[in-house]
Amino acid sequence: MSTESVGMEFLETRRRKLVMVYLPLLVFLFVLLFPFYWMAITSFKPNNELLSREGNPFWVIEPTLAHVKKLLFDTAYPQWMWNTVLVSVVATFFSLVASVLAAYAIERLRFSGAKQTGLAIFLAYLVPPSILFIPLASVVFQLGLFDTRLALILTYPTFLIPFCTWLLMGYFRTIPFELEECALIDGANRWQILVKIVLPLAVPGLISAGIFAFTLSWNEFIYALTFVSSSEYKTLPVGVVTELVEGDVYHWGSLMAGALFGSLPVAFVYSFFVEYYVSGMTGSVKE
Amino acid sequence: MFDRLQNSRNALGLIFMLPAAVLLLLFLTYPLGLGVWLGFTDAKVGRPGEWIGLENYIYLAGDSVTQLALFNTLFYTTVASVLKFFLGLWLALLLNKNLRFKSFFRAVILLPYIVPTALSAIAFWWIFDAQFSIISWALMKMGLIDQYIDFLGEPWNARFSVIAANVWRGVPFVAITLLAGLQTISPSYYEASAIDGATPWQQFRHVTLPLLTPIIAVVMTFSVLFTFTDFQLIYVITRGGPLNATHLMATLSFQRAISGGALGEGAAISIAMVPFLLGAILFSYFGLQRRAWQQGGADK
Repeated sequence: MSTESVGMEFLETRRRKLVMVYLPLLVFLFVLLFPFYWMAITSFKPNNELLSREGNPFWVIEPTLAHVKKLLFDTAYPQWMWNTVLVSVVATFFSLVASVLAAYAIERLRFSGAKQTGLAIFLAYLVPPSILFIPLASVVFQLGLFDTRLALILTYPTFLIPFCTWLLMGYFRTIPFELEECALIDGANRWQILVKIVLPLAVPGLISAGIFAFTLSWNEFIYALTFVSSSEYKTLPVGVVTELVEGDVYHWGSLMAGALFGSLPVAFVYSFFVEYYVSGMTGSVKE
Repeated sequence: MFDRLQNSRNALGLIFMLPAAVLLLLFLTYPLGLGVWLGFTDAKVGRPGEWIGLENYIYLAGDSVTQLALFNTLFYTTVASVLKFFLGLWLALLLNKNLRFKSFFRAVILLPYIVPTALSAIAFWWIFDAQFSIISWALMKMGLIDQYIDFLGEPWNARFSVIAANVWRGVPFVAITLLAGLQTISPSYYEASAIDGATPWQQFRHVTLPLLTPIIAVVMTFSVLFTFTDFQLIYVITRGGPLNATHLMATLSFQRAISGGALGEGAAISIAMVPFLLGAILFSYFGLQRRAWQQGGADK
């Protein structure tokens, strides 16, 4: 049924392939992409078109920037965007550093207990934020970090480090031992080996882990919802969900614009690193 | 002294592990233990709790909203996971064919998975709107229904609506990871079975499926894990309503602990999810074991 071999392909006629492969694929594509189209078109629709059942809702007759303008100037949206960028970048950077060191120690230094530590890291990866957020909220409170961006920068690594370490362990495993042995004989110490030999070879792994960690932080919701309460420290997803919904009157235009512009940065980053992202995702479940 | 340190694997290992270990112990292991403890106390926001034993759990076991949330969670997880598996496998098989623009398809299909779930959930909220839903509009025009569907106002409609949103988000993950698994299967198996006269269905049943089983086990474990503990979709689309019909364990624990201030009770609800998660992880563990003998390794 799913054969890659060229020798078999001719057995499938063109027409059959059109109906059996391209047609379902197009349906999948339509369903998967429609919400984005709908987000985009709603963002630029004037209210009278939004709230009418007449005409063709799939198109916009008089596009307007009113919703975008409202978002940018009447809400704290730019501030949420900045918070999200700041928290994501800093949390990703620190998690990567900690993960590189941890993964190298587990895979290559092989200290006693390295295997068990590796397993513990994997188990930590399986702890979902939604069973952790209540006690974590009380920890954040005790540390006096409640309602700060630092609370998020410090708690995001709890899901970023296990993931990145696990991914990088897989990458480090593919680097031949002999390279390190040569360097050791030439008098390099462990730190030099890590920085000058292992890291340059693991660049694809670092990019995968970095991209993945960045999108995970950008998309994080439950911690940001629980640990931050003032508008000026909120992240984008939380800000849009909690502050743009006012009472019973839903401002669909600005809500959709908020969702659209909050999704674009990750989609943009992703589009440059699709291959790294996919290899990170498949790598994380493969080992 | 410094030289000796540099050559001792254990000392160096400890130093390298330090940043990750400190963060994880402080913000993961400790809270996990604290959560178990809180579940046995009557802690409220701003007030440390006293040990009350199993009282929270006994209360929750008799609480009709909690029972409903447990049912919802199991229903949501089962239906969504089954749908994600079949649709994801189908999509993976489609993408595994010789296609034009294959890498384009693959890249675009992942979009629902990479954008913030809370934001795409808002789009679904709008798509499911009672008065202006585009789905209702389209069905009306086609003449299939004669009044707008109340997607989120009626319990069973709401349940299936949030499941649809969850499946939409999860299918790309299942499809792309299964596709990676499919691509590791050597074409020679298909050639050999074709020479033996196997039909496409037999090839799928006796070549593809057995070789894919290990990765299916892992992917579905992750999928079940994340579906069972889902929070964002429900919080954004329905907040657990109507009449708690879509409350999951995670959203209920948030409501009780953070909105309601009953930290102990909320923690108990979270901890009650753990046995189910352990079940899912064990399932994955045995799935991985199967891989060892399939690759010619020894059974452990």
